[in-house]
Amino acid sequence: MLTRLLSGDGPRSLPLALILLAIFLCLALAPFLFPGTRSVDTAARICVFILLVASYDLTLGYAGIVSFAHTMFFGMGAYGVALASTHLGRGFDALVLGTLAGALAAAVFALLIGLFSLRVRAIFFAMITLAVASAVAVLVSQLSGLTGGEDGLNYQIPRALTAAQKYLDEPVLGVRINGKLLNYYLVFAASTALFLVLLRIVNSPFGRVLQAIRENDFRAEAIGYRVVYYRTIATCVSAVAAALAGSLYAIWLRYVGPDTTLSFEIMVDILLMVVIGGMGTMYGAVIGATLFILAQNYLQGLMGAAAAGLEGVPLLPGLLDPDRWLLWLGVLFVLSVYFFPTGIAGRLRGE
Amino acid sequence: MTASLLQTRDLAVRFGGHVAVDHVTCDFRAGELTAIVGPNGAGKTTYFNLISGQVPASAGKVLLKGREVTRLPVAERTRRGIGRAFQLTNLFPGLSVFENVRLVIQARCHRGFDLFSMAMSHAEISEAAQEILARVRLWDLSGQPVSELSHGNQRKLEVAMLIALDPKVYMFDEPTAGMSVDEAPVVLDLIAGLKDDVTRTILLVEHKMDVIRTLADRIIVLHNGTLAADGPPAEVMASDVVQEAYMGKALEDV
Repeated sequence: MLTRLLSGDGPRSLPLALILLAIFLCLALAPFLFPGTRSVDTAARICVFILLVASYDLTLGYAGIVSFAHTMFFGMGAYGVALASTHLGRGFDALVLGTLAGALAAAVFALLIGLFSLRVRAIFFAMITLAVASAVAVLVSQLSGLTGGEDGLNYQIPRALTAAQKYLDEPVLGVRINGKLLNYYLVFAASTALFLVLLRIVNSPFGRVLQAIRENDFRAEAIGYRVVYYRTIATCVSAVAAALAGSLYAIWLRYVGPDTTLSFEIMVDILLMVVIGGMGTMYGAVIGATLFILAQNYLQGLMGAAAAGLEGVPLLPGLLDPDRWLLWLGVLFVLSVYFFPTGIAGRLRGE
Repeated sequence: MTASLLQTRDLAVRFGGHVAVDHVTCDFRAGELTAIVGPNGAGKTTYFNLISGQVPASAGKVLLKGREVTRLPVAERTRRGIGRAFQLTNLFPGLSVFENVRLVIQARCHRGFDLFSMAMSHAEISEAAQEILARVRLWDLSGQPVSELSHGNQRKLEVAMLIALDPKVYMFDEPTAGMSVDEAPVVLDLIAGLKDDVTRTILLVEHKMDVIRTLADRIIVLHNGTLAADGPPAEVMASDVVQEAYMGKALEDV
């Protein structure tokens, strides 16, 4: 049962299995283990980014395709929900319609970019995705009448998914059973299910062809696989999964803006997460996203505490100033790439 | 010796001013093993590339079972039955030996666009791959990554992948190059075994004269991209022009 659920591709390493289990349990029980708005918000972000990074791993790690348009697809899902909720009014029909429209737009864009540019060299495809993604980001910030421009869009989601809706009068284990909790579990369940779908796809006959193409596209073609079609489908599947992650994010945040979904900074974050976690493993996405978002959210606080604790010692408090957190993240990244070239998941599997 | 399985009609390619293959017209019949010989740079591998599609032809046609395939992409020619093994080993280095062969069988079974089943749950594909690995005596190495195989075993796997493809036209490009004396016979026995099926045709680029003498039903000689001789091995090897111009060096190697 578990083997089928994981598509026969288990962690294959005890430490990796334990880490994954710990992350899974923490996320599954996050509202009860770590009550508080900020920690539950962090948990939801982790869920969304695990899905987003896993979908990126499908193209980068499995098919060997370098794309810089992943945040564009993520944004399409998010803006789909935002626009539908703004124009159709608050309701589940708006959420479903927005999600589907966003996923469809992502699939069509991925198909067009793929068919036009995946025939040629990898570097050309990377450049095209960069150009299209930049163009879309500029368009979104300029068309402020439609998209809210740099300010983004605030909108309402169904009351059943907000804190205003109470399901039980009494708190359970000190946690209020309300719409916000339901919203968290919607994000958690959808991310988990879609992650398992992606895990299945990379272990399917199709996924094996992607790995063959990554290893030697010339030979893959010579044994009868039309490489350009496989690459294009992989790009589309990855784009749709990214759009779905974007929709979940939009449902959770009740806000979209260029900075939360489309910015190039997020693209870089995704790249870092997949490389730190381990490319071509899927489980690397889980570890990479969790570590990175925890660091993003709590490293500053930790450093502030450390700096205060070391007051009076020369140099160190300055280095540990919370404003320097990006410096330390950079150092961590360099070290992890140097010591774990196959990422944390690859390293734990002994590769 | 029946109808032609594979034909090339005035097949030519030029790279800039250099004509690498110069209007070669040749028929390859079912049940026949044709050795293709000629000095280095004569256009043997380029001729192969034109037939299997890696290099587009400048002029002329390639016909498989009478139907033109000249404009088809490589993968489509493979699906129609033109199978190719490469001179320089050309495998999937990061994947296991088993997975290399399994991917070929999966391609033959047209399962590549299946996104939602588990690859390892298709027992018939896995069993066929195991059977091929047993035939080439690589079974005990099936779990190893290809990048860790010896050169000889990589050559064997190269041949195994072509056999797994089960094509109508087998194209071997120096299959035993760089193999040790005790490894080469395994590969040559496999190729000889393929001759039992008289519905296929085999093309073999080879330099070793003893190999050609034992395996070939026919020899064609390429020189400067043109077809210089064509006929039964004894006749072609005995002809003066071939002896002097193209075979002299090769015969000394034996």
